[in-house]
Amino acid sequence: MTDPVLTVENLNIHFHGSARTTHAVRGVSFTLGHEKLGIVGESGSGKSQTGRAIMRLSPPSARITADALRFGRTNLLAASEKQMRAIRGSEIAMILQDPKFSLNPLMTVGKQIAEAYRTHHRVSKAEAKERALAMLESVHIRDPKRVYDILPHEVSGGMGQRIMIAMMLIPEPKLIIADEPTSALDVTVRRQVLSVLDELVDRTGASLIFISHDLNLVADFCDRVLVMYAGRVMEDLPARDLGRANHPYTRALLESLPRLDQPRAELPVIRRDDTWRTGALA
Amino acid sequence: MRDTVLEAVDLTISFNDGAVTAVKGAKFRIERGESYGLIGESGCGKSTILRAVAGLNTDYDGSILFEGRELPERRRKEHFRAMQMVFQDPYGSLHPRKMVQAVLAEPVRLMGLGDEQRRIDEVLRNVGLGPEFRFRYPHELSGGQRQRIAIARALIVEPKVLLLDEPTSALDVSVQAEILNLLTRLRRELGLTYLMVSHDIAVIAHMCDRVAIMQHGRILEEITAPDVRAGRVAEDYTREFLAASAPAITA
Repeated sequence: MTDPVLTVENLNIHFHGSARTTHAVRGVSFTLGHEKLGIVGESGSGKSQTGRAIMRLSPPSARITADALRFGRTNLLAASEKQMRAIRGSEIAMILQDPKFSLNPLMTVGKQIAEAYRTHHRVSKAEAKERALAMLESVHIRDPKRVYDILPHEVSGGMGQRIMIAMMLIPEPKLIIADEPTSALDVTVRRQVLSVLDELVDRTGASLIFISHDLNLVADFCDRVLVMYAGRVMEDLPARDLGRANHPYTRALLESLPRLDQPRAELPVIRRDDTWRTGALA
Repeated sequence: MRDTVLEAVDLTISFNDGAVTAVKGAKFRIERGESYGLIGESGCGKSTILRAVAGLNTDYDGSILFEGRELPERRRKEHFRAMQMVFQDPYGSLHPRKMVQAVLAEPVRLMGLGDEQRRIDEVLRNVGLGPEFRFRYPHELSGGQRQRIAIARALIVEPKVLLLDEPTSALDVSVQAEILNLLTRLRRELGLTYLMVSHDIAVIAHMCDRVAIMQHGRILEEITAPDVRAGRVAEDYTREFLAASAPAITA
């Protein structure tokens, strides 16, 4: 049997404030193979903090403990900052929500992509440019030569996010963590960006962790889904079974969505059960 | 008998001396007690229409009629009182250094209504919050509670029309359900009329009787909520929009 790409065992994240300590992630465990794993949950469920801890990008006030946090054979908890810098970008890449804030506004789009490649590969500038142009083409940008020389403010949100994807995928990472990559985009553009991401993930054979609050999107896009609530994993199930989820929280979350196929006078509101927070997990 | 509350006739809105036309010849009629939706992608002009109706931007061509009378370029107090807006982001739309009490007292004073304390208690009860919320600051409230306060601020002057600009798109789905239920109940109990903007077709179909689909500043077509559910649409763009928003989960 091959080693999993990522192993997370009993991950806990505490935030120490002056007045109180918050236990944001509580005993999260999962393994990731060559698949697309969705992590869904509401604000504060710990989904983004889980993603950040894997990159070791948690804020300084966070204390992270785990029985295991392994990327391939590398122990991410024990890795030095230097080792982490070598891993970030080239082995594990992260795509964030809004391209407006994650692209450098003063550097042309093409240069940023080429730079991402040159940071991790020893190649000439000309070769990096070739690769960047090819990458722009593979994220379905029609005129890569023109787009190469424009600045981030000149592109639309959908194109900006495709540029982000190009930049993150050009070093050919083994694991991609996408944190709400399409929530800033319109519905029609969203599909297009996701299909680009899907195509590249399939082609490069990378694994994907897709963090989102949107159940429908995750069900549509991922192979497997973790449902998180109050820092814990409530349910781990194949994405196609999300509609038949067992856990009362997952069910309640699905029920609370307005639906096109069933008109309802009132939407069911989630009645939170304390045992979800404290009880034993199935 | 028709009782039209709000009507737009050939509404055209341009910016930068006509360089950008955000809304082109929009036309709609909203009856009393109705809930009317505007839907489309970013930049289609839906929020621009809302801002013009609210009087936040009165530089438009064509006309907007309220209860059969054209709204003047300089809106009077009673126009503002009759049409109140609820914004998208409750984190941005409440003053961070004002207590709930001060937030709610301000519109009462501006409109010269008096009886401040009674109105505040009543409106808080109406949006499902206890009187103890008077003394909270926005940072002491959750996202859903903030949006309840934003709705309370609009309701306290007893408006006839609520202009809702993506009222739940910054909220979690569970909180969204609570706020949408609250809006449904308030419309029924207070006989309000809603003009609601959203990019979420499922939310619009849940809340509205009729929906206008917008693209590039034009209203492409107007359909009823049952038409949306059944996919009975005339325009290709509407069909594409519906397909892109179709949920993947069928339970």
